Amino acid sequence: MINQAFFFYFSAVIVATSLLAITRKNVMHGVLYMLLLFFHIAGLYLFLNAEFISAVQVIVYAGAIMVLFLFVIMLLNLRDDIRKKQFIATWPMGLLVSSGILMVILMAMLTIKTGAHGVWGIAQLERVTQTVAIGTVMYTQYLFPFEVASLVLLVAIIGAIVLAKKRIK
Amino acid sequence: MIPETAMFGIPQWLWTIAVIIVKIAIVLGGVMLHVAYATYFERKVIGRMQNRLGPMVVGPYGILQPIADGIKSFFKEDIIPTNADKPIFFMAPILGLMAALSSLAVVPFFNGFVVANINIGLLFLFAMSSLAVYGVILGGWSSNSKYSFLGALRASAQVISYEVPLGLSLVGVMLMAGSLNITDIVNAQSRYPGGMYITAQWLGFFVFVVSAIAETNRSPFDLPEAETELIAGFFTEYSGMRFALFFMAEYTGMIIMCSIAVLCFLGGWTLPPFVLKLMPFLGAVPGVVWFAMKLYVCIFFYYWIRATLPRYRYDQLMSIGWKVLIPLALVNIVITSLIKMLVHPTGTP
Repeated sequence: MINQAFFFYFSAVIVATSLLAITRKNVMHGVLYMLLLFFHIAGLYLFLNAEFISAVQVIVYAGAIMVLFLFVIMLLNLRDDIRKKQFIATWPMGLLVSSGILMVILMAMLTIKTGAHGVWGIAQLERVTQTVAIGTVMYTQYLFPFEVASLVLLVAIIGAIVLAKKRIK
Repeated sequence: MIPETAMFGIPQWLWTIAVIIVKIAIVLGGVMLHVAYATYFERKVIGRMQNRLGPMVVGPYGILQPIADGIKSFFKEDIIPTNADKPIFFMAPILGLMAALSSLAVVPFFNGFVVANINIGLLFLFAMSSLAVYGVILGGWSSNSKYSFLGALRASAQVISYEVPLGLSLVGVMLMAGSLNITDIVNAQSRYPGGMYITAQWLGFFVFVVSAIAETNRSPFDLPEAETELIAGFFTEYSGMRFALFFMAEYTGMIIMCSIAVLCFLGGWTLPPFVLKLMPFLGAVPGVVWFAMKLYVCIFFYYWIRATLPRYRYDQLMSIGWKVLIPLALVNIVITSLIKMLVHPTGTP
């Protein structure tokens, strides 16, 4: 009962803040609504017994990525942009595409069948804590995909450095 | 939820909530008192180090100075710049203080006394310390002033950079304790032969101390509020109580960083086993006393550094973070994991 109440609260706020984030003319306010959105997503994770993911959500998205967003936005000349009537003229097209995607997701959700449950049930997670469980699975069963993902990130980092580097003659 | 009657006919859940509220009140009261007197302590210590007396007028030896300062800033006029973004301008100092104060929820002050004993305590502390920068950035941006704005830009770059070594420096501790729960980390230290992880994690401790100073924007890394260049940095335009809120956030952040150092490297409320064997009567002293003493030493260290070192240049600050501290922290992680693998090949000790 209380879980459901919290779920409805979180999902309502998530929908509301994401709408506010994309409709604000002041980009700074949009980013702040997005920050609120990230917190509520972290809250949802917490109610799914995923405390590690929830903390990482706040650290990575709210603590690092949003700060970088703010950093970039502060360097833009915001006060002139606010006077513009509209930022994106093609928004009806975007609405069409995103509602198409929403339809696909809804149809998938109605016909979804959950597979067999793995070994990591709630009782097992509570015994070993979720951080241990994620670490164990990631570094044994999924070691190869994990390393591939880290290589992709490394490529991105090196690419950014190469692009930003001054040529010394 | 089934209401069970526990004590005095009060249902169990109400009792639980009441206990939590009382704990929060005790923690907030205690920390706020420490924040107020940390300012007094700082002025006294730095005064003595610079051959001055520090505050001497209000009360004997100036002991009532923080209270006088609080009353003064409470009754001062709250000036808002004309073109400020008002909602954000109002919100920024509160956001900063909120992030700092919510970290206190997972800090155990002595055995069993913690508002929320959660399994991801250390991660929660990281999350909250990374949110503290929002107060600074938003305050600086919304003031619509060049000095504030430059301070905010510096602060955001600095905090993002130093979060990385701060997190990495504690990975060694997590590896040794095999847990992210702070109470478990302290208990693991009391089982460890040295009694404190600083003996094995001295490299991690060094990285942690330097990045904690940068993360809390304290001298010699106080570039976001460098007086000679930026007046007061991000809070140039703030006055009255909002200005005081920024100060409270800074000192609360300092106390939290010192608490993390005490809990993760200096053994928290416990004493090393060999000290207890040598002087068993020390075991009768309540743990909170040891915690507070270690905390005061760490805070004194902050002031000592502030009085001793000149401010770094911005490019020096960045290169220390990225070229020295992060590689050192990574080396520490590799060495710690290797030793742990050799000593405990099966995993958790």
